[in-house]
Amino acid sequence: MHNILEAHTISKKFGDFTALNQVSIEVPKGSIFGLLGPNGAGKTTLIRIINQITMPDSGHVILDGEPLKNHHIQDIGYLPEERGLYKSMKVGEQALYLAQLKGLSKAEAKKRLLYWFDRLDIGDWWNKKIQELSKGMAQKIQFVVTVLHEPKLLIFDEPFSGFDPINANLIKDEILRLRDNGATVIFSTHRMESVEELCDHIALIHKSNKILDGKLTEVKRKFKTNAYEIGIKTDNIPALHQELTQKFEVSPAQFKTIDEQLKLNVKIGDQDNSNDLLQYLTTKGQVSHFVELLPSTNDIFIKAIQNNS
Amino acid sequence: MTIISPVVLIALIATVAYLSQISSNKVRTIAVLDESGLIKDTFKDSETTKYIYLKNIDLEAAKVLVKAQEDYGLLHIEKSLDVNYLENHVKFYSEDSPSLSVVTSLENKVEKSLTDIKLQQVGVDLDKIESAKIEVSIVQENFSGEKTSKVESIIKLAFGGAAGYLLFMFIIIYGNMIMRSVIEEKTSRVIEVIISSVKPMQLMLGKIIGTSLAGITQIIIWIILGGLLTALVGFVFGIDMSQTPQQQVIQQSILDQQLNGQVTTILTGFYHLPLTNLIIAFVLFFIAGYLLYSSMYAAIGAAVDNETDTQQFVFPILMPLILSVYIGFFTVIEDPHGTVSTIFSFIPLTSPVVMLMRIPFGVPIWQQLLSLLLLVGSFLLTVWFAAKIYRVGILMYGKKPTYKELIKWIKY
Repeated sequence: MHNILEAHTISKKFGDFTALNQVSIEVPKGSIFGLLGPNGAGKTTLIRIINQITMPDSGHVILDGEPLKNHHIQDIGYLPEERGLYKSMKVGEQALYLAQLKGLSKAEAKKRLLYWFDRLDIGDWWNKKIQELSKGMAQKIQFVVTVLHEPKLLIFDEPFSGFDPINANLIKDEILRLRDNGATVIFSTHRMESVEELCDHIALIHKSNKILDGKLTEVKRKFKTNAYEIGIKTDNIPALHQELTQKFEVSPAQFKTIDEQLKLNVKIGDQDNSNDLLQYLTTKGQVSHFVELLPSTNDIFIKAIQNNS
Repeated sequence: MTIISPVVLIALIATVAYLSQISSNKVRTIAVLDESGLIKDTFKDSETTKYIYLKNIDLEAAKVLVKAQEDYGLLHIEKSLDVNYLENHVKFYSEDSPSLSVVTSLENKVEKSLTDIKLQQVGVDLDKIESAKIEVSIVQENFSGEKTSKVESIIKLAFGGAAGYLLFMFIIIYGNMIMRSVIEEKTSRVIEVIISSVKPMQLMLGKIIGTSLAGITQIIIWIILGGLLTALVGFVFGIDMSQTPQQQVIQQSILDQQLNGQVTTILTGFYHLPLTNLIIAFVLFFIAGYLLYSSMYAAIGAAVDNETDTQQFVFPILMPLILSVYIGFFTVIEDPHGTVSTIFSFIPLTSPVVMLMRIPFGVPIWQQLLSLLLLVGSFLLTVWFAAKIYRVGILMYGKKPTYKELIKWIKY
């Protein structure tokens, strides 16, 4: 697959502090790419380098096959984490101004703005000042301004902070729709539940280094523990528990069931087949529950960081 | 605000002028009770003051009379022929405390006639004194034979002073405006959105140029609106706003000069001003000086988070600026081509103001060019440093940097 963005061995130092150390990422076209990492890991610095706000000390960035140049700002839409708008300017004027900075003509910008304002049901805000709007309302304007020039690459830094659940959902749907229309999305966050829902690729940055990247499913496969959550109905629960403990590595599991039953997390060897486990269990009682335990992004995040340090 | 503030200011001035005109139109009546009989014809009625001589009446009765007539006051000279005694025995009685100008004028008049009497008493012929008076007016001429004069120096000073002061005010007002607008972009967090579209350097220069154009527009509005409204108010209400007391004094002194046979020198004074040079130099030094200072203001705005933190950085900028105005108004006036004036008209931070004040007195072109070159050079250097601080500073939140950190930012 063609990559819309490739960053090669990017390093950046601020004085004695290394913000990024030889970080490379590849963002496939049409994907939603999660750029993850704890606070202060270097995510924002990397994003600023992609946006040509800061220059890297070494390394280079390729956007859609070309080395990053000045004119590429029109191909990128950026919603920073530290975001805001001119407080005393009117919504419409301000959106027109920002759209024109991104290279749209005034007439075109106005046409698209009216479409978006109508779409998000905020048409009557045109003549209001930003300071009259609530924080969530201002965030909506900010989102519209970010995507208005229909860039190939959208970069969202913590996009859902400041939105209530309803509007967060609305924005999430809009992001998915933009992806379906051909845009690529880079999504920087430390909130893992949104990654799980949206991202198909991730890169994990920790203490200025990239420690993990790839397709989310592949990353999960790499981190899978070969553990299964099982529930069996049997007459003699303690006896079965005893038997399984001797055969496998087990730990108590918790999930809701109607009947009383033995609930365990069972771990099998890397080479073992889950069918063998299931067959074995069916001889012991009535299996009501058999689920592979996949690591959540949160688990992967924590585990990768622990492995690294 | 752009249009309303000049209107409001002119309305205020017109009101004050109108009110003071009303009060000065009132004719004062001053009663004079001269028991010595020495001062006879000293007091003559003028437009604003009328004098009444009281006779055959004692002081107490006179006081009652003056109070009853609601006159302005009563001047009492005691019964004595001894001039030295009278020196301290002239009194003025009034309802309210009298205005300073009235008392001074009365003092001058009494003094003059008493002096004359004293001179006559010691046997000095007044006519001889009058004819012995000599008034000298030195005619100034430079070596190439052009006449110069004191008036001409005053005109030069006025031009230079106005130019220097205008630049000084412009830098302070619009430099601060730039600084505030940078801080506003930081506090509203809009900055990162903007610089993902334009380069920080473009944004900074755009801000400086935009603000200065706004400033120039405002000044033009002031001049046009001010001129129109002054003329209008003068025409409709008959108030002459140019006639403030101070101006009358100045006009009087210029009139005196004219009476001394120097009518033409004022005109030639204007002709002798290096006008073309003055205008070109004004434009160039104004632009370069303004850009130099405003780029520093922009860097300060980027370095701090809020206006209260700006003090420690603004102070070092204001120092040379204020210094240059002091040098301009004290040293340049004293000696426009002296060592101090010349040196400070080359140092980039002071040169715009000091040089603008020197130019009306005639500065060699090579000096102007060298000074301008130094100024432009240091402007480019400053913009380069300011842009570095600006680039780093606009994305720094939450801490007030030290000078050491600013230097570190330049190295990033």
